[in-house]
Amino acid sequence: MSLLQVRNLSIHFGGVKAVQNVSFDIDAGIVYSVIGPNGAGKTTLFNLITGVYKPTSGEIRLDGEAIHGRAPSELARRGVARTFQNLQICMNMSAIENVMVGAHLRLDRNPFKAALRLPSLRRRDRELRAEAAQLMEFVGLGQYVEARADAMSYGALKRLEIARALAMKPRPIFLDEPAAGLNPKETIEVDTLVRKIADSGVTVVLVEHDMKMVMNLSDRILVLDYGKKLAEGSGAEVRANPDVIAAYLGTHA
Amino acid sequence: MKKTPFLGLGLLAVVLAVLPFVLPNSFYLDLAVRMAINAIIVIGLNLLIGFAGQISLGHAGFLGIGAYASAVLPTHVGWHPLLALLAGAAASALLAALLARPIFKLKGHYLAMATLGLGIIINIALRNEAQWTGGPDGMVVPAMELFGYEIGSDRQWYWVVAVLLVIAVWASLNLIDSPFGRALRALHGSEVASQVVGVDVARYKGAIFVMSAFSASVMGSISAHYIGFISPAYADFFHSIELVTMVVIGGMASVYGSVVGAVLLTALPQALATFEGWETVAFGAILMLCMIFLPRGLVPTLAARFGKGE
Repeated sequence: MSLLQVRNLSIHFGGVKAVQNVSFDIDAGIVYSVIGPNGAGKTTLFNLITGVYKPTSGEIRLDGEAIHGRAPSELARRGVARTFQNLQICMNMSAIENVMVGAHLRLDRNPFKAALRLPSLRRRDRELRAEAAQLMEFVGLGQYVEARADAMSYGALKRLEIARALAMKPRPIFLDEPAAGLNPKETIEVDTLVRKIADSGVTVVLVEHDMKMVMNLSDRILVLDYGKKLAEGSGAEVRANPDVIAAYLGTHA
Repeated sequence: MKKTPFLGLGLLAVVLAVLPFVLPNSFYLDLAVRMAINAIIVIGLNLLIGFAGQISLGHAGFLGIGAYASAVLPTHVGWHPLLALLAGAAASALLAALLARPIFKLKGHYLAMATLGLGIIINIALRNEAQWTGGPDGMVVPAMELFGYEIGSDRQWYWVVAVLLVIAVWASLNLIDSPFGRALRALHGSEVASQVVGVDVARYKGAIFVMSAFSASVMGSISAHYIGFISPAYADFFHSIELVTMVVIGGMASVYGSVVGAVLLTALPQALATFEGWETVAFGAILMLCMIFLPRGLVPTLAARFGKGE
């Protein structure tokens, strides 16, 4: 059975049908990309699956369990992690603390034990700090382990978000345009990073505009246009699909 | 965030231990007690405002609940003062817990308005229930009693609040550097990011609101016992604003800032008394200058200037 099953998913904002009747399956362990022109509903689809929006109709199943309409914190409990297209970094915290927050659900969150500075909690926090430093190393932010979040560059913050998501030990990780706004060198680094994440066994769901990166990384691709599913298949299949070509380049020929 | 935060705690403990022996007279001792009481209240409020990013403009209402529980229950019902203090704190915590869900659906100005309303409602209730509270005239508060000993003198109260202050600073420093505290700061930094990593935002906002209300209520009780008299002005809007001002001047999201803010703003009206009739103007001018030149508050601005992290 697929890790994630989406059936007839729709959401309407007033009269705007941002996502209409979209169905697809994502198998465990693959890189699955969602592409489409601006406004096609890619980020909306991410927001639906990660619980930020509640669907108007349709269903989403993770490992067979219905998860649509659940709060993001409940989805996090089930191992759904994501990053954001427009950065969502906590600038009031240090870089490594941002990563440590990703492990929130794996920790003892009792405020009374914390206020009393119980040794068990402190020990776990020290372990977590080391783990977070390793994750920062993994995403290529080794030199920022002691840094404040508000002192980091845009490109570094994008990877910090990925490290935070990885700290959740996610099953599917949803990356919303991880290369947007990055220069070509940084884009290649993110490309390599996504490959590394997929190789570590995490299912990656990717929204990205950089076609070279998408074609290079993806096992399967879903194409959205005006909120509808236009095509789905391997990179080669999608590239050859006349509807996709029409949507991207306009109809003619 | 390594060892440095507790250096300040040691310093604070030493200052508090030495202070009563170097203060020239009881006027200063009284001032020190009131500073310490305010500092503890402001530490709790700063956890809510500075760390979790949720405003409360009605916090004096919780002080009022605590203070009046300590005045009314021993006087009219014959409860032991300590029991009355705990009952007031439990009532404040319960009220905060019940209101947290609806109130924290609001953000920014709307949240400010809702908490403002809460404070005003509590204040009106205290004014109107005159047969219990003495109404606008206020009422006398019986002395606190612990294990058969009455806590009466300023010096006794000084030691009580000094110990509580050290505990409050220590516990708050621990709390903010823990999974719970990181979740609080994260929902301040980015609510949606904290949600997707699994933070139940409503629950955390509620939890810190309840804790700060509990702490305010306990300190309201202690303050009432210490002064020996309580009137509704203690729970009014202006007192709430004064507390928020202490948070902002001392420094948002800074535990030591809370202490500094409380100490300065408790002392300032006394220091300005020589201006005779112009003290409110001088007070306002100082606050404005602080906000213009130290917008992040005293402690964070100075810490940044001297190149320290926290």
